[in-house]
Amino acid sequence: MIGLEHYLTVAAVLFVIGIFGLFLNRKNVIILLMSIELMLLAVNINLVAFSWYHGDLTGQVFTLFVLTVAAAEAAIGLAILVCFFRNRGTIDVEDVNVMKG
Amino acid sequence: MIEADLTIIMPEILLAVFAMGALLLGVYTTKDKMAPVLVWVTSALFLALAFWIGTTGSGSNAAFSGMFIDDAFSRFAKVAILLSAAAILVMSEGYMARRDLLRFEFPILIALAVIGMMMMVSAGDLMALYMGLELQSLALYVVASLRRDSAKSTEAGLKYFVLGALSSGLLLYGASLVYGYSGTTLFSGIIEAANNEDGISIGLLIGLVLVISGLAFKVSAVPFHMWTPDVYEGSPTPVTAFFATAPKVAAMGLFARVLHDAFGGVVSDWSQVIAFISLLSMFLGAVAAMGQRDIKRLMAYSSIAHMGYALMGLAAGTVLGVQAMLIYMAIYVTMNIGTFAFILSMERDGQPVTDIESLGMYSKRAPGKALAVLVLMFSLAGVPPLVGFFGKLYVLRAAYDAGLAWLAVAGVIASVIGAFYYLRIVYFMYFGEDREDALDTGTPPVLYGFLMASAIIMVVGVVNLFGIEGAAQAAAAVLVE
Repeated sequence: MIGLEHYLTVAAVLFVIGIFGLFLNRKNVIILLMSIELMLLAVNINLVAFSWYHGDLTGQVFTLFVLTVAAAEAAIGLAILVCFFRNRGTIDVEDVNVMKG
Repeated sequence: MIEADLTIIMPEILLAVFAMGALLLGVYTTKDKMAPVLVWVTSALFLALAFWIGTTGSGSNAAFSGMFIDDAFSRFAKVAILLSAAAILVMSEGYMARRDLLRFEFPILIALAVIGMMMMVSAGDLMALYMGLELQSLALYVVASLRRDSAKSTEAGLKYFVLGALSSGLLLYGASLVYGYSGTTLFSGIIEAANNEDGISIGLLIGLVLVISGLAFKVSAVPFHMWTPDVYEGSPTPVTAFFATAPKVAAMGLFARVLHDAFGGVVSDWSQVIAFISLLSMFLGAVAAMGQRDIKRLMAYSSIAHMGYALMGLAAGTVLGVQAMLIYMAIYVTMNIGTFAFILSMERDGQPVTDIESLGMYSKRAPGKALAVLVLMFSLAGVPPLVGFFGKLYVLRAAYDAGLAWLAVAGVIASVIGAFYYLRIVYFMYFGEDREDALDTGTPPVLYGFLMASAIIMVVGVVNLFGIEGAAQAAAAVLVE
C-alpha cells in the first residue's frame, strides 16, 4: 500500500534534485529553469498528498495556484533570458559574470 | 457577504483595474508618448490611496474568511509602501525620460508590484501570501531588466529571477509542510495547530524554517543576500531606488505577519533564528561595504545591514519589537528616498556616474546638496541626534528588553564599523581630491526637492518623529496582541 510517506519522500527527493540542479549546474541557464520547475512540481506533489491525507480540498486549490504562477514565472524567465542572449550571445551560466559576485 | 469582502479590498481592486486599463490604453494607443502622464497619474493614485487608507480605515476586518486582513498593521505598512512608491515614481520620470527608458510599461509594472505588496502585508493565509509575493516578485524581475539593450541590466534581471525563483521554491516547500502538519493554510488555524501542549511538531518547525529562509531572501538578509549587490548595481538607478524602499517594507511586513499571526504562540522557536540572521546581516553589511567604490553597490550592502537592524526588532518577538521594526522601516525608507534622489542626480556631461571618488570636493561646487547628503549619511550611520539614531535606539531597546542584550551590543559594534563607509562618502565630498572630470552641479528641481526634504526630515523629525510612534504602536499591538 502506498501511503503518505511515499509521496512525501518522492517530493523531497525531487526538491533536493532541483536545488542541486541549481547549484551544481555550470552549463546552461535553461537547465536552471528546469530545476526551478522541478522544485515547484515537488511542492505540488506534497500539497496534493497532504490534501488527500487530510481529506481537505485546500491543498489542491493551492496546487492550481502554484501551477499557474509557475507558468507565468517560466514565461518571464524565458523573456529575460532572450534579452540576455541578444546582449551577450550566450546563455552559459559561466558567462553570467559582467558584475562580480 | 461578498460586498463586505469587496469593500475591504477596494483599494487593491481599484489599483488592479487601473493597471489593466492603463495597459490596454498603452497597447492600443500612443504607447510611450503617454508614459510621462501615466507616471504622474499612477503616483497621484498611490498618494490618493495612501490618504484614503490612512484616514478612513478603522478596526480589524477580515475578508474572504480570513484570507485577507485589514488592520492597523497592514494600513501602516500600506501607507509607507504607497508613499515611497509614489515618491520613487516621481523621481524616476526625469531620469528615465532623458535616457530614453521611459516606457509606458514602467508605471504599470510598478503599480502591479505595489498591488502585490499590499496583498503581502494583508495576507492571512498561505495562498494569499504566495500570490502577493509572486505578483510583486514577477513585476520586479521585469523592471530589473528594464534596460533591454544593456548586458548589465539583463544580467541583473536574470540573477534576480533565478535566485528569486529559488527562494519562492523554498518558501513554497515550507508552506506545503506547514499545510500538511497543521491541516490548514489559514494563519488563524496554523497558530492553533502550533500551540499544542507537546510543543510545535517537527514538520511544522521545518516548514517554519523554510518559510523564514524564503522571506529572508526577499528582505536580502544574510545568508540569502548574494543577489543584492549585483541586482542593485545592474538595474537602472530608479529601479534600484525602488528596490531599496517599498519592497523592503512589504517583505518586512509580511515577515512580521507570518511570524506573529501564524507562529505567534511559539516565539522561542523562531526568535533565535531571526536573531542569528540579524547578527550576520548587520556585520556582513558593515564589513563588505568598505571596499566598494560603486555607490549603488554600497547602498546594497547598506540595505543588507539596515535589514539586520529591522530584523533585530522582529527577533525580540514583542509589541515593542514590532513597533521598533515599523519605525525603523519608515525612517529607513525616508533616508533612502533622499539618498537615491542624490544618486539619480549624479551625472557628468549628462551621463550617470556611480563612482564614489567622483564626489571629490563636491562641497565646493554644491554646498547645499553636499550638506544635505552629509545629514543623510550621518543619519544612515545612526549618528545622534539625527532621526536615524532614534530608529536604531528603538530596535536596540526592544532587543535589550526581550533579553537579547548580546544582540543589542553586537548591533552597536556593527553600527560603529558601518559608520566608516558612510563617513567615507562625506570625506570625499569635503576633503577628497578636486578632480578635473567633476560631476555636474545642476540638479532637476524634483530631485533637489526630495533630497532637501529628506535631509530636513532627518533633522526636524527628532522633535517627535512626526508622531509615527503612536501609529506604529497601535499597528504592533494589533499584530502581536
